Amino acid sequence: MKIDFTRNETLVALIILGFCVIATISDPGFLSMATLTDLMRGGIVMGIFAVAALLVLLSGGIDVSFTAVAAFAMYTTALMLNTWAPGVPWWAAFAVAMAVGALLGAINGIFIAFFGLPTLIVTLGTLSVFRGFMLAFVGSKQITTLPEGMREFGRMMMIRGTNPDGSFYSLHWAFAATVLVVVATWFLLHRTMLGRSIFAVGGSEESARRIGVNVRGVQFFVYVYVGVLAGLAGVIHASMARVANPFDLVGLELSVIAAVVLGGARLAGGYGTLTGTLLGVALIVLVRNSLIVIGIPNTWQSIAVGVLILIGTGVPAWQAKRAAARAA
Amino acid sequence: MTPSRINGLFASTEARLAVICIVVFVAMALLSPDRFLSVQNLTSMAFQFPEFAILALAMTLTMLTGGIDLSVVGIANLSAIVAATILTQLAGPAATGADAALWLGLSMVATMAVGLAAGLFNGIAIAVFGLPPILATLGSGLIFTGIAVALTGGSAVMGFPAAAAWLGNGLILGIPVPLVLFAVLAAGLSFILTRTGFGLKVQMFGANPLAARFAAVNVTSVLIRVYLMSGMFAAIAGMVVMSRANSAKADYGSSYLLLAVLIAVLGGVNPYGGYGRVIGVVLAVLAMQFLSSGLNMMQVSNFARELIWGTLLIFVMLINTRPNLRLWARKRTGPAPNS
Repeated sequence: MKIDFTRNETLVALIILGFCVIATISDPGFLSMATLTDLMRGGIVMGIFAVAALLVLLSGGIDVSFTAVAAFAMYTTALMLNTWAPGVPWWAAFAVAMAVGALLGAINGIFIAFFGLPTLIVTLGTLSVFRGFMLAFVGSKQITTLPEGMREFGRMMMIRGTNPDGSFYSLHWAFAATVLVVVATWFLLHRTMLGRSIFAVGGSEESARRIGVNVRGVQFFVYVYVGVLAGLAGVIHASMARVANPFDLVGLELSVIAAVVLGGARLAGGYGTLTGTLLGVALIVLVRNSLIVIGIPNTWQSIAVGVLILIGTGVPAWQAKRAAARAA
Repeated sequence: MTPSRINGLFASTEARLAVICIVVFVAMALLSPDRFLSVQNLTSMAFQFPEFAILALAMTLTMLTGGIDLSVVGIANLSAIVAATILTQLAGPAATGADAALWLGLSMVATMAVGLAAGLFNGIAIAVFGLPPILATLGSGLIFTGIAVALTGGSAVMGFPAAAAWLGNGLILGIPVPLVLFAVLAAGLSFILTRTGFGLKVQMFGANPLAARFAAVNVTSVLIRVYLMSGMFAAIAGMVVMSRANSAKADYGSSYLLLAVLIAVLGGVNPYGGYGRVIGVVLAVLAMQFLSSGLNMMQVSNFARELIWGTLLIFVMLINTRPNLRLWARKRTGPAPNS
């Protein structure tokens, strides 16, 4: 198999590989189930967010409000279920959160698809609106007693085990939700007309319109879908943390977008892959969890992420610029 | 006034903003007349807004080129921390008179140097290496914040000579120093954008980068200078924050980033480049501050303020898209009289 070094995916995969090699040399204990499950656990919520962010980038937009949607959905779901239906099973809690997410996503969708406002501005505005509305009118105290369904989901482990040194490791069932989201989104993007239309709209809105794509419908769908995914990520986050803290999640949005772009998605729209997105998420989570293993203190974490973003986007940008200069 | 005149009055984004600004001011004055119009409130507003307003000016400049600077808060904090370190380690809280003034001057020079270095870093990443501004500055912002955390271990730097408070809390001829700083920077930026060749090149590049290149604009140099200026503005804002808080910390003003973007966009700056006027940004800042202070007086929670800011942003964008609809209608029915 020929390796294409101009692709972001290759670059990110190589950085991950290099990181793991250095980490294993400095601490042979790094290569363990515990590290792997920690990594997977850390990627659950971020992975769902990243898939959502990828979809928006593919359609040629940018969404910074999805973390606020997630926090809103998570908090209101916990509150509503506690008040009206504390005994419902976990899947009902998921359905409620996803419905709340869809509703908020639809608000974004209306402004973007039907009023034609720029996506960055709308989502910047709704980020403040959703968060402000939740904190001012719904509540700003964290909910420590979650509804029964969410508590039950929080205890569901897919894999449990003991390390050689006696500590425990486990993988939460929520990981399956992330896998499901990735598979469903892959199917949507590559096996349905709607998915191809998303690429078309992102590539060129005008061209898409002329070949008969319902551009407004596609855009509206994208923001609703992102809302659903954000709602799902929110309810999973609260269940795993066993608390619904309204101040959680918001602030992650730019890191998520950075992870997606690190994986090769273009900000201009129309180009990006799920593989790259997942690699980008893996790299960011790896750096966050294990920087200390390769001998860099944790206070340097944000510098490391910043350098990664600059390298991960700089190398392809520099190559593209040189290629353009050669062609001219 | 004929209807067309009135239409003309509302034709520009800035005019509509001025109306919104006045409406907000009058509404707040009517809702709590004795407190909103009090001298105390007016001066406290004048001390409050310049720090994020200066960041909004930096944002405006970068948005004019179709870029964005997400590292402004990181630059502001990093440069404030460098200045704070000079003031605490070298001058010490006991310094007074000429000694204090000297160290204050030196720390300002150091601040500007940090701001310019950070801006140069951004400019090179964007102009020479071709990184998209949103990612380059997102990454560099993390790096600047990271350096600030690594320098201080995440804790606040404090213990300045008394003179350092002048920059954020002093008065010149009865006018708050931060306001004077903001006015000078806003006027300066407005002059540069409208009266110099550089300003014209910035707008040309923002409107159409390719056309600017073909018109022999040195794109690399223009972009680097834009991010240099943005870094410098951010450093000045950092000094004001430091002086007002009487300390410097790596995570101060983190909410100012989105606020600065919001104000620039509210001020009619096109985030895709090519259009924006300083007067619009000034009006947007004033509208935000009137709204924010007025709501504060009515005991509205901070969170509701966030909600209202977001609503205002979307509302103004909706109004701003209406002229396009009008233009479209006019095209279909032929040219309207008096236009």
